Amino acid sequence: MAEHALQFLQANPLTYAVVKILIVFAVLSGLVAYLVYMERKVLAFMQARLGPMRVGPWGLLQPVADGIKLLLKEDIIPEGADRWVFLIAPAISVAAAFTCFAVVPFAGNFFVTDVNIGLLFILAVSSLGIYGIILGGWASNSHYPLLGALRSSAQLVSYEVAAGMAIVGVLLVSNSLSMVEIVKRQQEMGLWNVLVQPVACIIYVIAAVAETNRNPFDLPEAESELTAGFHTEYSGFRFALYFLAEYTNMVLVSCIAVTLFFGGWLRPFQSVRALDFLNYMPPVGLLGGAVFVFLLGRHNRVPMERVFFIGLAVVLVLLAGLVAIPVVLNAVQGIFWFTVKVLAFLYAFIWYRATFPRYRYDQLMNVGWRVMIPLALANLIVTAVLRYFLSSHGSASPAARLIGF
Amino acid sequence: MPEATYLDANELVINMGPQHPATHGVLRIKLRLDGEKVLGSEAVIGYLHRGVEKIAENRTYTQFAPYTDRMDYVAAVTNGMAYVEAVEKLMGVEVPPRAQYTRMILAELQRIASHLLWLGTHALDLGAMTPVFYTFREREEILKIFENYCGARLTTHAFRIGGLQYDLYDGFEREVANFCDYFTPKIDEYEALLTKNRIWINRTRNVGVLTPEDAVALGVTGPVLRGSGVKWDVRKAQPYEAYDKVEFEVPIGEKGDTYDRYLVRVQEMRQSVRIVRQSVERIAPGPIMGKVGKVIKPPVGEVYHSIEAPKGELGPPSFVNLQALDTMVRGHLVADVVAVVGTLDIVLGEVDR
Repeated sequence: MAEHALQFLQANPLTYAVVKILIVFAVLSGLVAYLVYMERKVLAFMQARLGPMRVGPWGLLQPVADGIKLLLKEDIIPEGADRWVFLIAPAISVAAAFTCFAVVPFAGNFFVTDVNIGLLFILAVSSLGIYGIILGGWASNSHYPLLGALRSSAQLVSYEVAAGMAIVGVLLVSNSLSMVEIVKRQQEMGLWNVLVQPVACIIYVIAAVAETNRNPFDLPEAESELTAGFHTEYSGFRFALYFLAEYTNMVLVSCIAVTLFFGGWLRPFQSVRALDFLNYMPPVGLLGGAVFVFLLGRHNRVPMERVFFIGLAVVLVLLAGLVAIPVVLNAVQGIFWFTVKVLAFLYAFIWYRATFPRYRYDQLMNVGWRVMIPLALANLIVTAVLRYFLSSHGSASPAARLIGF
Repeated sequence: MPEATYLDANELVINMGPQHPATHGVLRIKLRLDGEKVLGSEAVIGYLHRGVEKIAENRTYTQFAPYTDRMDYVAAVTNGMAYVEAVEKLMGVEVPPRAQYTRMILAELQRIASHLLWLGTHALDLGAMTPVFYTFREREEILKIFENYCGARLTTHAFRIGGLQYDLYDGFEREVANFCDYFTPKIDEYEALLTKNRIWINRTRNVGVLTPEDAVALGVTGPVLRGSGVKWDVRKAQPYEAYDKVEFEVPIGEKGDTYDRYLVRVQEMRQSVRIVRQSVERIAPGPIMGKVGKVIKPPVGEVYHSIEAPKGELGPPSFVNLQALDTMVRGHLVADVVAVVGTLDIVLGEVDR
């Protein structure tokens, strides 16, 4: 049965692509919904409170409730707004954010497509997302959204430059624009790019935070200054789209950072034989999750919730058993590590939000233009020069291998 | 010809408030902007006006006391204290030491509570969202002490003309001392989050600078005045209750910017803990009411009295300090307006009365 389906899909590449797109889209939408939940929970624990607890066990159904609420709310279009632009703007943001995932390699054996200009594609399409913000802010015909949109555009454009230059550094090292190739190159080197291009990595991560409008760079929607920034006038479903776009972008930049700098789907220390036991992390991780869930639910006072948690623990144990089968283990190895790394990044994003105050507009520009861009440029030049000299002596020389050429 | 829109104008006028997350109530600020730069500002007040002075005309001295709690409602204890002290001054009543020290303890706890609320919301305005939860956690402990003492958490009406209505409950001293032990490391925690934080320093250093001359000329008081380097604290300058019998320092700033005012308030919390500790040690059994009749009937006449409330010299500090807003924000950016409104630490109930 499964083999038949596989053969059918291989024979019909178009259907196969559609299936893959649907899977990515569905998983991503769910992930984004629960990312909001994760953010609220993590922030809550850092801030000595509990976060959502009411809807479902431990508030697990909160994203569902939020989604329903947003869908059912009135879709207000302000008088004097540019109607069509106002309606289309959020869709642009979301579309741009989701489109980029077409070239993200979630695992060596799972990606929607691998184009030879993958990185360029991501840069191009994700930049389109800015239009959603600018147009939305402008079309609202209101002061705060306008200011928010202007801030946003200036910020995104500035930091895109720094991020772009940081990425070029990686490009020089890996010789390819294809996301899959970039990861494979790291596999060959036995070294993640973060060690080869540390400066580029730091610059990219900071720029990524800025590009997703997250704290400490969340000026476009600084609620204490501009109420809600560019989406002040949006409500209901369209607001939800902006929200979705923001969190999707968070996932996207995390995916890019993981792919470019942290070895994508590769296991940590893949080249070290002694650490091969790490291959068994997926079932072990699931078992750990099961234990955690069991301990969490064991003393729950609500019988239904207790049943739910213990049931969930059992499901996780069964999943761990399934994953422990060698064939399955091999298949999920890449996805597992990729997910873990992306989640670590997302956690860091939330962590920043709990820790930092917000930059002021001019300070943000200072950091962008006076620190990040010159640094990225210097990194680029140094990398290029090194690469030129080392490769002219033959790429097999030990020194060249050490820094990855 | 197409219709002219605000996009054509060089100057953009926006209303910050009265419903705005950063104005801490119903303050409305009309801002004239050039891009993000503030050309001028005008504070529009009165949204919370209740006519407290007029109400006072129709109440007896005793009846009016609870109204004072509702002016600066985040520092009700000190507000009420200023009122009862003024009436006592008019009547020439001596307050027994036990009542004096009790008042000081509660007033200093109130100062800490008020500063905590300020610190949390100020940090929140500048984008640091975590401190507010920590400061409210500690403020809660203070409110619990208030509640145990007089049954109310916010509008306490803790004192009576001539002394106290209630004597201290069993375990009050221990509870207060425990709080002091618990609270001091917490201040270090807030400082760990903010004091050396680069972004925090960037956001507050050289923002809303108020020179000592300007500060005196505008008549600002309290931490705003001391942040500008003017060493004036009513507790030291014109001691009331038993403030002349306890040791504490008056922290002052150097530059008069938002960062200095932040440091001053944090230091004041530490000093308040010091005062509370000393007062708890000195509190001794004794009467809690001075010699006042059942009916409070002061002689006809006028009296001036002021105390050092958390926000400044009562009379009323929020209203006076708000005057400095325009001087402090002119030429800064929109984001700084938020910082300055926060650093002034105003309560609209007190501004509008």
